[in-house]
Amino acid sequence: MRDAAGAPGLAGPLLRVENVTKMFAGGVTALEGMALELHDGDFVSLLGPSGCGKSTALRLMAGLSRPTRGRIRWRDGADAGLGVVFQEPTLAPWSTVRDNVWLPLRLRGVSRRAATPAIEESLAAVGLAGFEGAYPRELSGGMKMRVSIARAMVTKPKLLLMDEPFAALDEITRFKLNDDVLRLQQNLGCTVVFVTHSVFESVFLSTRIVVMAARPGRVVEELRVDAPPARDDAFRTSAPYAEQCRRASATLKQAMEMGA
Amino acid sequence: MTPLDAAPLIDLEETARLRRARLERIGAWALPMLTVGLTIYGWHWVVVANDIPHYILPSPERVASQLVQDWSILSAALLVTLKITLMALTTAVVVGVGLAVLFSLSRWVEMSFFPYAVILQVTPVVAIAPLIFIYVDSASVGLLICAWIVAFFPILSNTTLGLNSADHNLRDLFAIYGATRWQRLRYLEIPSAMPYFLGGLRIAGGLSLIGAIVAEYVAGTTGTGGGLAFRILEASYRLNIPRMFAALLLIALAGVAIFAATTLLQHLMLRKWHESAIKRER
Repeated sequence: MRDAAGAPGLAGPLLRVENVTKMFAGGVTALEGMALELHDGDFVSLLGPSGCGKSTALRLMAGLSRPTRGRIRWRDGADAGLGVVFQEPTLAPWSTVRDNVWLPLRLRGVSRRAATPAIEESLAAVGLAGFEGAYPRELSGGMKMRVSIARAMVTKPKLLLMDEPFAALDEITRFKLNDDVLRLQQNLGCTVVFVTHSVFESVFLSTRIVVMAARPGRVVEELRVDAPPARDDAFRTSAPYAEQCRRASATLKQAMEMGA
Repeated sequence: MTPLDAAPLIDLEETARLRRARLERIGAWALPMLTVGLTIYGWHWVVVANDIPHYILPSPERVASQLVQDWSILSAALLVTLKITLMALTTAVVVGVGLAVLFSLSRWVEMSFFPYAVILQVTPVVAIAPLIFIYVDSASVGLLICAWIVAFFPILSNTTLGLNSADHNLRDLFAIYGATRWQRLRYLEIPSAMPYFLGGLRIAGGLSLIGAIVAEYVAGTTGTGGGLAFRILEASYRLNIPRMFAALLLIALAGVAIFAATTLLQHLMLRKWHESAIKRER
């Protein structure tokens, strides 16, 4: 169902966004002519000011809305392996942490008992072992986000879509979660698309940064990030990191002037 | 309790705060009891001081002794009224929730039938009741229908609102994971609707009692099962004012009991997660 035009699957890339335009009722063009290829193991950030269509692009990839023009193609059979983390934790307040993480498996008909090992593994991976019985309201903002990530990971997705997941968190929690996301991505070997408006976050996390501009939302440039294999605190304070942040900032500034 | 004596360093403000909190806890049950006590005493005093005859205003003791004396009649009447009330409430829950689910499954059904629900709600039951008692042979079925008409709308409208107020991001998540319509209803919409439904149930509990009583009045003294309203009418014809008061007291107590039961149910269902039931440390 996510293959918008019913096109045949791809051979190479995991997912390809082919010249996609999205217009909303009232004639607003949220996204114009976007093209993007996602390969296995990519960590792609969509970076841009608000109104640049980055969240729209993510919703299109998630199959939550359809392109007005163009199409989104998945590699054969790959579209089942999708996990999503929203801006808010989006947990069911009436369910315990365990049952919240169980949800994606439950919807596939997996019993709680059969799902328990996967749930526990997923929660342990985000550092929440022992919180299975807690209700979301008992957790801090950062912990709720971790549950949300654990829920997205529990199905071992091929592609993880994250929509400004840490925008509402403080910097200390955000650094910690950035480290965790990189580690989880490596363990799972999944591809990540990460929407953000933070230059520093995008350089720290990504292999590629897609810089976008507003009015109409569009891609202006794709930057490649060169980083050591281990992205850690040393990388976060290194000169190459600062240099690449400067470059991304300059590109973003250009993009914002184009959209103004 | 914090052992205040053992901790002399605790500051004065904190001590005052603790004392205030303790007073508030005692006041929560002591104050209502005090006002009820004062009201009863005031009533007694008015009757005695003015030498009011019991066929105009009976004293509280007179009402109490009448209640004991007429217990066999009144308890039977209470049972009849309660039975109608609870059956009406149960039917209201089944039909109200059932229709709400049906409405949420199909916009077409909602558009077609919601107007009828509104018409039933806005037409006063006393106006429909005489017709119902003409068409329905059994008096208790007639009473049941009247009480049901009054009780079911809050359940229907609250549950419909609740089913529609599930978090949009959670809806998206269900769509991404390919949830079936049934899974979305069961794991997302029904839990989201629970607080709204329980709010509706609290209103409907009181209304079903009111509906049962009103219907009994309309049905009149002939041929009914003899509920509390019937006993009040009968006693008024005989100018037995103390019995009227005793029956009134039972109706009020039944109403309070229903309210308490639905409130308890709401608390038990929501205490783990809903904002309305959560106590915060300050």
